[in-house]
Amino acid sequence: MIPAYQTKHLTTTDLNIGYSHKGQNTCVAEALNLALNAGEFVCLLGPNGAGKSTLIRTLAGMQAPLSGSLQLKDQSFHSIPPRERARMISVVLTEALPIGMMDAYSLVALGRHPYSGWLGGLDATDKERIKWAFQAVGAIGLEARQISELSDGERQKVSIARALAQEAQVMLLDEPTAFLDLPRRVELMTILRNLAHREQMGLLLSTHDLDLALRFADRLWMITTDGQLIQGYPEELAMSGEFARIFANDNLDWDAERGSFRAHPNPCLYAEIRGEGVNALWTQRALERLGFGIASEGQDGALCIQIYETNKQVEWIAERNGHQVAHASIAQLIDWVRNEDWTRP
Amino acid sequence: MPTSKIATVPSSRRSIVLFGVLGLSVLLLAGLSACIGTTPLSLETVFKAIVGAPDINPVIQQIVIDFRLPRVLTAILAGAALATAGLMMQTIFRNPLADPFVLGVNSGASLGVAIVLLALAPTGLSLTAGLGASGQILLILASSGGAAITLFTVLMLSRKVDIMSVLIIGLMISYTVGALVSILMYFSMAERLQSFLSWSFGDYGNVSWSHMRAFAPAIIGALGVSLLFVKPLDALLLGERYAESVGTRTQRARITILFAASILAGTVTGFCGPIGFLGIAAPHLSRYLFHTSSHRVLIPASILVGALLSLSSDFIARGPGLDVSLPLNAITALIGAPVIIAALIKQRNLKRLFG
Repeated sequence: MIPAYQTKHLTTTDLNIGYSHKGQNTCVAEALNLALNAGEFVCLLGPNGAGKSTLIRTLAGMQAPLSGSLQLKDQSFHSIPPRERARMISVVLTEALPIGMMDAYSLVALGRHPYSGWLGGLDATDKERIKWAFQAVGAIGLEARQISELSDGERQKVSIARALAQEAQVMLLDEPTAFLDLPRRVELMTILRNLAHREQMGLLLSTHDLDLALRFADRLWMITTDGQLIQGYPEELAMSGEFARIFANDNLDWDAERGSFRAHPNPCLYAEIRGEGVNALWTQRALERLGFGIASEGQDGALCIQIYETNKQVEWIAERNGHQVAHASIAQLIDWVRNEDWTRP
Repeated sequence: MPTSKIATVPSSRRSIVLFGVLGLSVLLLAGLSACIGTTPLSLETVFKAIVGAPDINPVIQQIVIDFRLPRVLTAILAGAALATAGLMMQTIFRNPLADPFVLGVNSGASLGVAIVLLALAPTGLSLTAGLGASGQILLILASSGGAAITLFTVLMLSRKVDIMSVLIIGLMISYTVGALVSILMYFSMAERLQSFLSWSFGDYGNVSWSHMRAFAPAIIGALGVSLLFVKPLDALLLGERYAESVGTRTQRARITILFAASILAGTVTGFCGPIGFLGIAAPHLSRYLFHTSSHRVLIPASILVGALLSLSSDFIARGPGLDVSLPLNAITALIGAPVIIAALIKQRNLKRLFG
């Protein structure tokens, strides 16, 4: 159960973000009224250049807003001294970590700076919190390793552990999954979502990964190229077509049924698929990839594929112009489709 | 328990032993250094002279107290100062090869000194001749000022370019400032030129007890300031944005740290001449020895390693058995440059050198 959001950790009022260069303001997004709530994992989506990083940097106080205000809890963001602020908000940036003589423990220990004395010595509480941070991201055992020796995924975990060590209620992450492979991305998203729920943190993560964002986020913030921010529950936005409006273009279609984008289909030939389950799904994928449209009920296709499943045996019967060809595996079917001359009627 | 064996600041026992060994080595080398010179003395004699044993020859005592001791102290302080200045510059610029010499800070200091020594020479100011208290402070101000101006120029330019370009900018600033110094020298009197030239070779023998009254407090004070910035320095290893996110006032920290570095490098350059490579070699060796990038360990380590390298270079320059003393900055370059080349080739990558 996800509790109803009661506590607002970070709020913005009429926030305009962008750059100020030589007195010339370039507005990236305007009139943002946002709230990052306790126990909430929010994904920030948007096409490249829409201003995801600008928003993250502005919310982190690293870049001044063009206008409008930011509140952390009930306090005005810019009135909070840096050390206090560091106890309330932590960040994970795309910036490269130092490589060289630094082990993972020392890196995570830097997250205790807002609490430690002038020499940065660690007391029992600090050490406990650091240990907890390593545990929370599943990085136990990496403590003594040099940062330079870690894999991308491990480095990202340690980076998040460093932010966690700050014990802040708000964590902002700028594309932390960018250089990870898919299993690592799923792992990281799971860790972050669980952290938000368990620790009642407000987590904001910017990502390019629409699919994962749809599956994991409690809420989505989507920046459009024309400087708007649309927010809502993932399912709500997927169903209402907001997704399609923001991300789709001439070459890309939003598939509301499957919750993903696909290259704009422009088929001249249609195939009919009769079958169920995983086999039918992947057969359909294969044919789409090969340039076929999928014929809907009652529509005549140039090709009809019937999938039979009998105790672990699967057979694909492809029918074209009255000729039937049987295939014992999907590989065979694909080879056959590729070798057929489809220009012939 | 996997967490129990982790080294917070890598194996503190190893660090303590290393600090002990380094400290003793500095003391030993300082003692040995006091023995050599035109009148070779034994360690025992040096010790007796310092504590003022009743059977000591007053001439020997004067040699030790008035000449050898200030020289050894100067070597220690200068080494510590250059190493710490180098360490701080490396962290601020996030560049493992940054040091007072490479970034052109020494040249900036030289220009300050050149202006004082050459342009103001008609007023009777000279390094070797009795430099009054105001003269010494003027010298520190001129060389630290020159150092600071160069350093902040490099800092401003460095924000627009990558770390390799910063080194090249430093080099170009060195050339530019060197050219200005040459022009100043062209218009100077021969004897002043001689004094400037011998200063530019680098020598720890110029600092007498009266100079020490300005030299030592300037360096010890700036070293003290650097210790106050251990945490910001650590945070700055992550880069400016991360440093800010853990509560560091980066702007203030960076300016104060670079001012401290300017005073350290400027004071040493003003009194001892431009001495290269110690500022890179000592922090690099310290990281290598202590396996850490924590400034809490690296600052004291660099102070000791810097003092040790500085004493060794001076020891070699005055070559036991040789009658002459070689230019100090030639020795530091002969030791330092190959070390840096070797380290670069071994790591193949400038960034990997860094810790």
